[in-house]
Amino acid sequence: MIHIKDLHKSYKMGKNSLHVLKGINFNVEAGELVAIMGSSGSGKSTLLNILGMLDVADEGSYQLDGVPIVNLNETKAAQYRNKFLGFIFQSFNLINYKSALENVALPLYYQGVGRKERAEKALMYLEQVGLKEWATHLPSELSGGQKQRVAIARAMAAEPKVLLADEPTGALDSKTSYEVMDLIQKINDQGNTILVVTHEPDIAEMCKRVVVLKDGIILEDKKVNQVRAESYVQ
Amino acid sequence: MNNLKLIFDSNTWQEIFGSIQKNRTRTIITIIGVLWGIFVYIAMSGAAKGLDNGFKITFQSLSINSMIVWAQSTSIPYEGYKTGRRLSLDLADVEALKKAIPEIKDIAPRNAQGNFGTSSSRVVHGPKNGQYTIYADYPDFANIMAMEIYDGGRFINHEDIEQSRKVCVLGERSKAELFDEDEDPIGAYVKIDDVYFQVIGVNKYNNSINFNNDSDIYIPFSTFKKLYNTGEKVGYFIVAAYDDADVVQVEKDVKATLKRRHRVSPDDERAFGGFNLGEIFNRFMGFAEGMTFLSLIVGIATILAGVIGIGNILLISVKERTKEIGVRRALGATPGEVKTLIILESIFLTVVAGIFGIVLGAMVLNAVGAMTEGGDFPYANPTVPIPYVLGAMAIMILLGTLIGMIPAQRAVSIKPIDALREE
Repeated sequence: MIHIKDLHKSYKMGKNSLHVLKGINFNVEAGELVAIMGSSGSGKSTLLNILGMLDVADEGSYQLDGVPIVNLNETKAAQYRNKFLGFIFQSFNLINYKSALENVALPLYYQGVGRKERAEKALMYLEQVGLKEWATHLPSELSGGQKQRVAIARAMAAEPKVLLADEPTGALDSKTSYEVMDLIQKINDQGNTILVVTHEPDIAEMCKRVVVLKDGIILEDKKVNQVRAESYVQ
Repeated sequence: MNNLKLIFDSNTWQEIFGSIQKNRTRTIITIIGVLWGIFVYIAMSGAAKGLDNGFKITFQSLSINSMIVWAQSTSIPYEGYKTGRRLSLDLADVEALKKAIPEIKDIAPRNAQGNFGTSSSRVVHGPKNGQYTIYADYPDFANIMAMEIYDGGRFINHEDIEQSRKVCVLGERSKAELFDEDEDPIGAYVKIDDVYFQVIGVNKYNNSINFNNDSDIYIPFSTFKKLYNTGEKVGYFIVAAYDDADVVQVEKDVKATLKRRHRVSPDDERAFGGFNLGEIFNRFMGFAEGMTFLSLIVGIATILAGVIGIGNILLISVKERTKEIGVRRALGATPGEVKTLIILESIFLTVVAGIFGIVLGAMVLNAVGAMTEGGDFPYANPTVPIPYVLGAMAIMILLGTLIGMIPAQRAVSIKPIDALREE
């Protein structure tokens, strides 16, 4: 699904150049649930941004579902993001004046799906994350866990190839974190490919594979025995 | 182009309404700026048009390119004559003026008994009588002054002049005072200073600017001459120039010609008096035109200020929504879609404000029009031509687009990744 070869990225900070990614080689197959770990400054967010086409690598190649991601202008990148990727953010990033349903329907709007179909689909995904009854509520009326579940429904609504989650549990307490991870595992069970950036070991344990980054290179890449979050959730 | 598709997509408008409703108070305050601009433009140019119409109605019974010229006394000694010589115009001046100045269309020489220091005449009809001013006129007078005569009557004609007929045209009031209400005056006889005159018409008086009084009585010039023994003397001329002539120049030429004929120094400013109606009319019309122009300038400047206000508020809004825009772009909004949305928002606000301003302006114009109706104030039918309104709308759409481009460009100039990082 994802093929990355010899990826380099550096940021210019005035006269100094900060080499963040120093040659990353990395493949993800369809249906995987991968945790990307590393301390801050290890380059894990940069990697996720490049995977999410929010940032461009200096060197190396990136293939997503057989499509080479090169020479993207903003318009093309936006279309690819819409078609291939679903984002889950640490701070949820819901649009605060839109209801849960409208938030979930937003990627479908950018796909050009009609209003009726959009609402139906969005409601279906809200039901999947268990928030059908909250469809008309504004984000400010939802708890943190509920917000993240709306965000997950939104990420899935466009039926992307890959879900990218940037510290999805970073702003949640551990109980809610496990509920969210339970949801992510269940979505993975349906065959969706998911990448989770985290620095919490217990969250990483709930994935099927852990990739550890340090100083811009992959330190470790191992399969793990997945811990089901279900067992923590009553 | 899918931008065009965006404009007609109901979803786009939902998005626009969504973001407008987000900050309702601010939106309303913002559009008041543009609303005020278009309101000022509509109200002022409508009022200018109303004044313009009002002046035209006031001057309608008058040949607008006309002037009155009369003789006074000399103030400079010339060719052996002493200063202070009394001058008087005569009938020979008429032909001389017409010959010398081709711009002149008509000249109506007049004499009057009953004003300029002469005593008014006693007019008798049966048991009724009154004191009225008698004017000596040529038919040309009716050409210049647009005299209206009641049905069944007529004004003085050339035969009346040639045969010095004893006929007269009464004024509305003199007719009412000399005749019974249901009595037909046409063909009846009245006695003017002990001479019988047959009534040939009654002048319909109108309230606009003119030199008539509603009681004045008009008789043929030649008859007047015999009755009051005035010879070739003329009290004053009413001179009408062609519409395209420069009335100020014509007045100068008339006076210069008269000075030459009456042996008056060319520098003598006091020898002949004049009252230039054309000049005054032009001044009034110039005032109305100036108002129109001023309203255009003020209106456009105010609209511009309002539109800049909208651009400003959208810039703030874009800044506040940086993160939201980042999220939208992460979810697949292309820069084109983001830009179009913001520009449409700008146009939408401008146009809505414009429509409200036009409606409000029209309402105020209507109210002012109704209040001044029938009054003495020269103001009638205040309207703004439709092309001007459409032009104003077009300018607003254009300005809305241009000003919307600034925040739109700002919105997409931030990379989505930076926008997402913004807290």
